[in-house]
Amino acid sequence: MAKADFQVPVLKQYPEIPEIEPGVMAHSSPFKSKPQFQAELGFPGELVDDWQSKAIDKMGDLLGRYRSLRVYLDSCVKCGSCTDKCHYYLGTHDPKNMPVGRQDLLRKVYRRHFTLAGRLFPKLVGAEDLTEEVLGDWYSYFHQCSQCRRCSVFCPYGIDTAEISMAAREIMDHIGVGQKYCNEIIGKVYKIGNNLGLPGPALADTLEGLEEDVLDETGVEVKYPLDQEGAEILLVTPSADFFAEPHVDGLIGYGKVFHESGVSWTLSSHASEAANFGMFIGSYENMRRVALRIREAAIKLKVKRIVFGECGHAWRVAYSFLNTLAGPWDFLDPRYPVPQHICEFTYGLIQEGKLNLDKSLNDEMVLTYHDSCNVARASRMGDRPGGQFDIPRAIIRATCNNFYDMDEETIRDRTFCCGGGGGLLTDDLMEIRVKGAQPRVEALNNVMQEKGVTHMAAICAICKSQFTKVLPYYGMDLDQIVSVHQLVSNALVLTGQETDDEDEAADEAA
Amino acid sequence: MSFLSDVYAGLFYFAAFVLVAGLANKVIQYARTPAPLKIPTTPAPTTKTGVALRMTREVVFFESLFRGSKWTWIFGWMFHFGLFLVTLRHLRYFLDPVPLPIEMIQPFGIYGGIAMVIGLAGLWARRFLVDRVRYITALSDHLILALLITIGLSGLMMRFVVHTDIMRVKEFFQGLYVGQVHLLPADPLLLLHLLLVALLMIIFPYSKLLHAPGLFFSPSRNQVDNPREQRHIAPWAERLEQD
Repeated sequence: MAKADFQVPVLKQYPEIPEIEPGVMAHSSPFKSKPQFQAELGFPGELVDDWQSKAIDKMGDLLGRYRSLRVYLDSCVKCGSCTDKCHYYLGTHDPKNMPVGRQDLLRKVYRRHFTLAGRLFPKLVGAEDLTEEVLGDWYSYFHQCSQCRRCSVFCPYGIDTAEISMAAREIMDHIGVGQKYCNEIIGKVYKIGNNLGLPGPALADTLEGLEEDVLDETGVEVKYPLDQEGAEILLVTPSADFFAEPHVDGLIGYGKVFHESGVSWTLSSHASEAANFGMFIGSYENMRRVALRIREAAIKLKVKRIVFGECGHAWRVAYSFLNTLAGPWDFLDPRYPVPQHICEFTYGLIQEGKLNLDKSLNDEMVLTYHDSCNVARASRMGDRPGGQFDIPRAIIRATCNNFYDMDEETIRDRTFCCGGGGGLLTDDLMEIRVKGAQPRVEALNNVMQEKGVTHMAAICAICKSQFTKVLPYYGMDLDQIVSVHQLVSNALVLTGQETDDEDEAADEAA
Repeated sequence: MSFLSDVYAGLFYFAAFVLVAGLANKVIQYARTPAPLKIPTTPAPTTKTGVALRMTREVVFFESLFRGSKWTWIFGWMFHFGLFLVTLRHLRYFLDPVPLPIEMIQPFGIYGGIAMVIGLAGLWARRFLVDRVRYITALSDHLILALLITIGLSGLMMRFVVHTDIMRVKEFFQGLYVGQVHLLPADPLLLLHLLLVALLMIIFPYSKLLHAPGLFFSPSRNQVDNPREQRHIAPWAERLEQD
């Protein structure tokens, strides 16, 4: 079990709604961004003079640009429906981690400066000035939101705390209070092309290694091409797929699927990152700049289609925003949606019967599936609403004999975030990450006890990294989390692949 | 008592103006503010008809609240549906002749009034009994509940205990349509009831009661899920592309 200098939540058989414990997470805040990281993104390096009025100005600017912010700040009636829905509240018991509690940190300043009632009767309506203390709360608690949108499912007006958190982070960035993790990473994307700062040659090396591994394992020459001009498909995948476990097993799987489909494909060193942290910090401009790399890569490599690898928030930006940010995509093949998810691609091949899948090759695992929050509540796969739930499950069922869902209250659009999304996947936020994982891990634990589940599959780089790190805090193994395309990779018998049976038959013949 | 009638006449002109102008102002503001990104909470409808159905389920049945909190849903829906029936019942004071459906709804309006008060009491109780809801409650949340429940109770009192001269009340409001001030019965309950209703009209555009128009403008509920098929771009975002 991993060591913690904080109390790791106890897993229960039935979920409990905790009593509030005000202020218990006030100390949790991420490292601040250094001036040089801020500058690259177009933000001031440190807290500016006159920051209060600059922050209010920025809030006014955002209120004029985002209907969501304006409507959401006005509409909340404090009904309480969201109060027990956030995994960070359930794991920490801090009422400022209730979605409405978090929103109110911004709403009280909005009311003070932008509403008649707040200007005239601040005490009555809970309006407050933007003081240093309030700013401190903003920095703490708006970095305890993973923008997972679970609250928005249950809100009678669809108020989405993610929109509020993004706005708050954007305001803070504009007065020089940025978060190191997100802003440093976006800088790396601009400079090197991906979140992890892997340069082109390192990528080429890694991919060559994968080709050798697959050849050794299967006897088939599966290619993992980089910057191959004229390929049919550009694959954009989170950079964690290039080396982290279990991510890389997913990447191996994508390559095998492409190989079997016979469609040419390539990765790009220029757009070697699917994730778009511009969304986390609520910066349209940075999100657009990050997204445009994909357009540039698609044009340069003369591809016809764009496919995204397994990544949750990335798929939100890809599915919901890419057309807005970097479209129109009229130069690509109009017969395919832009972009496509790798699960849509694989599912299509399974439907056509083009993949030879031997489910028994995954028999040592009993699986469950974690719906990643941003895939579940901010995107779609396939033609029908809910395809984002059904398609990955269909792939798992086609590749595994043993699959059980977790409790219905904790999956599909009611899924719990892994606890590490939205720019929180950093070691300086380990306490909130571990505590925020509690509702998901609790449901996992229950299905392990009841159904003998051994592994949980996911389609998000952040989920995979987060669970690998936090499961040990709960006494579980870090390798219990697997990629969906790892399952595909295990079960897929490539055309011309030597199987054990054939080996044995050959031995007998000899 | 004509002085009091004049005051109430002025009050209702003012309240009606604030309600209409304030709401119009807000609705125009919401409508003019762009929604730069596609953010429907998914799974979301892929057609406009689907969105209309989703919105109808939210407005009529409070679908999301039902999924979120059963107690709040029961009390909240009782209150709102009760208020809806009460409003229909009250149309008889404002329409002449009274249409048949409004006549037929009269007894249900009374049940509505009772349901409304019970619903409000339940919602208010939650603000004391549930620690999470207590934490997020501001003074204004209590006051709005007090306002609504007093309106409901004073109305029910006039129906069941101390009647007022309904015909003269109707004459008063009919008169306001044409700029004439008829005498309003000087019953304390009636005056209280009307005063609070006017107050409710005045605070509507400046309070959380904006959730009513807000719901229709909520991008997570009113957007069609079709970002790959149709490019969605806000005017200010389009300008970025010209640089």
